[in-house]
Amino acid sequence: MRISTGIRHLREGSKSVIRNGWMSFASISSIMISLFILGVFLLLSLNVNYLAQQIENQVEIRVYLELGTTEEMIAQLNGEIAAIPNVKKVQFVSKEEGLVYLREKLGESGHDLLEGFDGDNNPLNDSFTIEVTEPREVAAVAQKIGQLNDGKDPKPIYRVSYGQGTVESMFKATAIVRNVALVLVAGLALTAMFLIANTIKLTIIARRREISIMKLVGATNSFIRWPFFIEGALLGIFGSIVPVAVLLYGYWQLMRSIQIDLNLMLIQLLPFEAIGLKVGGLLIGIGVIIGIWGSVISVRKFLRV
Amino acid sequence: MQDVWKTYADGTHALRGISVKVDRNEFVYVVGPSGAGKSTFMKLMYREERPTKGSIFVNGFNLEKLRQRKIPYVRRNIGVIFQDYRLLPKLTVFENVAFAMEVIEAPKKIIRKRVMEVLELVRLQDKIHSLPTQLSGGEQQRVAIARAIVNNPSVIVADEPTGNLDPDTSWEIMKLMEEINFRGTTIVMATHNKEIVNTMRKRVLAIEQGQITRDEWRGDYGYED
Repeated sequence: MRISTGIRHLREGSKSVIRNGWMSFASISSIMISLFILGVFLLLSLNVNYLAQQIENQVEIRVYLELGTTEEMIAQLNGEIAAIPNVKKVQFVSKEEGLVYLREKLGESGHDLLEGFDGDNNPLNDSFTIEVTEPREVAAVAQKIGQLNDGKDPKPIYRVSYGQGTVESMFKATAIVRNVALVLVAGLALTAMFLIANTIKLTIIARRREISIMKLVGATNSFIRWPFFIEGALLGIFGSIVPVAVLLYGYWQLMRSIQIDLNLMLIQLLPFEAIGLKVGGLLIGIGVIIGIWGSVISVRKFLRV
Repeated sequence: MQDVWKTYADGTHALRGISVKVDRNEFVYVVGPSGAGKSTFMKLMYREERPTKGSIFVNGFNLEKLRQRKIPYVRRNIGVIFQDYRLLPKLTVFENVAFAMEVIEAPKKIIRKRVMEVLELVRLQDKIHSLPTQLSGGEQQRVAIARAIVNNPSVIVADEPTGNLDPDTSWEIMKLMEEINFRGTTIVMATHNKEIVNTMRKRVLAIEQGQITRDEWRGDYGYED
């Protein structure tokens, strides 16, 4: 292709958007509406996913040690636990630290309860707090930690606890939420694609005569296709810019106004900076691809003359 | 054309064994009643239809053996003109004619010069910025002719170019066609216009029921309609 031909295609593609004013308007609006809805759901599901992840990451394993476990044994256990695959962080919490932490946590109400416990009079065990890299593997890791008792005398581990039962049902719940969000977004994306492609198809069917004339004059298929390709891309860009701008601005405002309230509830939403670019880019990308796909597919039908 | 047959998918035998040779620089009328196969005959020449049997050579290309991809290149050497003009409705007169040259990727400067040249030939140099809808039928047909000849094709295939025009305008178009023929372009023209065929005497091919029934030099129309 000569450069001047390439420029011609660009020019004709852009002109065509203007020449077919109402049809372009119809295509652009249908892209706008579909992408807007898709974007809302995308933001929702990303945040739901993020929340689920936060909840999952709070899962940790507590290993309570037998009273009177020696310091060498503690150091050895620390090393052995750290060596288990999937263990992210092992932290030793002595019974003194445990008591301080418990006091802090219970606050005023616990003041009476814990009165009299200190120093040598400490009811707590020494313990390890273990974070895992993959929360779903928590049960397996806990089991492996339990097996560290084998072959040791006296057995150093008193109890391994990770919220058995609760954790499993929580994972079930987050999995369901995630899958529902995924199916919704995928379904919406498909619907949007067909809606948009159909609108574009209508605009092109109206021009099938033009296409057949071009072929009679001796235009090659690619010569006819290129301007439509560019037109489709332009429709996609115009159609996605508005919903992206509205969504991102809305999200930014939302974050500003409710962030503080949410923090009080210990919930965090995805920060604007983290997803603004991704969601914007994704939506514009989808818009452009659908625009191009819709017009190229529709033209193809009329090229066999 | 050698022994060309064309049967449509619905079983209609449009052409039954047509053999004819048109020489370079000839001007041929194709006449015959409606539905006799004239249009099919024309369509075969610019490869809108393919023959069921037989072979067709245009400019030395065997249209039958032509790859799908190559068709556009052969069409660039054949100018086509239709009864309904077939202009691109959203392009101006200039753009419509220039389109045929953009297709062959001619440089812009040359396009401008050549398009103005042919528009002068068809006397439309004052209307280059008009849209087809703003033109009369005769003017639109002149744009179509300009488009057909802008790439200097060796053959022009015209399917009833005067079919929608009044007698005066038809004569203008015919004078143009004759001039183009004098400049060295072969013309094959299907027509129902008895007056034109009988006055501007050329070779006449009559097609009836899918067969050539008459082939005369300087023949007359031969039908009473």
